[in-house]
Amino acid sequence: MTGDANYKDMYAKSRRGPLPAGTKAPEFTLRSTPDQWLTLNELQGRPLILAFYPADWSPVCGDQMTLYNEMLDEFQEFDAELLGISVDGAWCHAAFARDRKLHFPLLADFEPKGAVARDYGVYRDKDGVCERALFVIDPEGIIRWSYVSPLGVNPGANGILTALERLKDEKAGAAP
Amino acid sequence: MTHRLTVPDRKRDHIRGAATAPISLLEYGDYECPFCGEVEPIVAEIQTRLGEDLCFAFRHFPLTTVHPHSERAAEAAEAASAQGSFWEMHEMLFQNQQALEDEDLVQYASLLGLDDVRLLREVEAGAYAGRVRDDFKSGVRAGVNGTPTFFINGERYDGARGLEEMLAALTADVV
Repeated sequence: MTGDANYKDMYAKSRRGPLPAGTKAPEFTLRSTPDQWLTLNELQGRPLILAFYPADWSPVCGDQMTLYNEMLDEFQEFDAELLGISVDGAWCHAAFARDRKLHFPLLADFEPKGAVARDYGVYRDKDGVCERALFVIDPEGIIRWSYVSPLGVNPGANGILTALERLKDEKAGAAP
Repeated sequence: MTHRLTVPDRKRDHIRGAATAPISLLEYGDYECPFCGEVEPIVAEIQTRLGEDLCFAFRHFPLTTVHPHSERAAEAAEAASAQGSFWEMHEMLFQNQQALEDEDLVQYASLLGLDDVRLLREVEAGAYAGRVRDDFKSGVRAGVNGTPTFFINGERYDGARGLEEMLAALTADVV
């Protein structure tokens, strides 16, 4: 079966561990709503935060995404965009976002399942979900910080803010 | 700098107990959070038991997405603080977590003998929104990821939130 073969190929190519700082962020196009798509390329020109998480609705995830939702103003101060990513489908994301009143996009890494998470080295083959992983990508599309948290632990937002601050300082330092 | 985020700051925090107390307990909390409400009697008992050995501080960490009344409740506590009654309002709010509408806040102010008109006016004007936000931001920088989060002598406490467990952790370093 072709589909089966594709998955085997994907498993074989799955990275171990998150892409490190300095790596070009792999391109992706994922559904952000049942009828809209988002492409990494379109978002470049400003810092980007990718928050991979295992699943909608699980309590810790809810906490983490809820916290980030409260932090949108702070991320905005760095002109940074936040994207949540899990293997849940777009309709599930829509219901979850509505229930938690989330005001940032949740992307569906749904088909082929976990393909983007694999590209970033944060897919858990055994569990069939993403790691709880964070990436801060600079305006040129280079990963500047990555972090994988234990699955049950909400990593908070301090690491993200520190990475964004460093980006901002570098930019200020580089300016004539 | 980092340390300051996790120990009571006598210049700006709401503090109970002696400034020179050997043990410090800092809580980041939310008046509408059921877990904070649950632990509140334990925190009170800890203060009773440790007496002058403890310096307790509370900072706001309202998660308004899930707790729509938490922000205004926090600002009401600050407004009460401006009238010298932070802790009285703090307790009142935790005892009435299910009733945190504006009219409830006014009623609590009145029950505490505060100027309720002033309190509501200040809350409506967002007079203390910046202060509450500063607490929230300091929490985020300290690694707070939910409520309640406790720091004992500057170190994050992730243990069980029972009286015995917390007392043991609080007194572990004290001979």
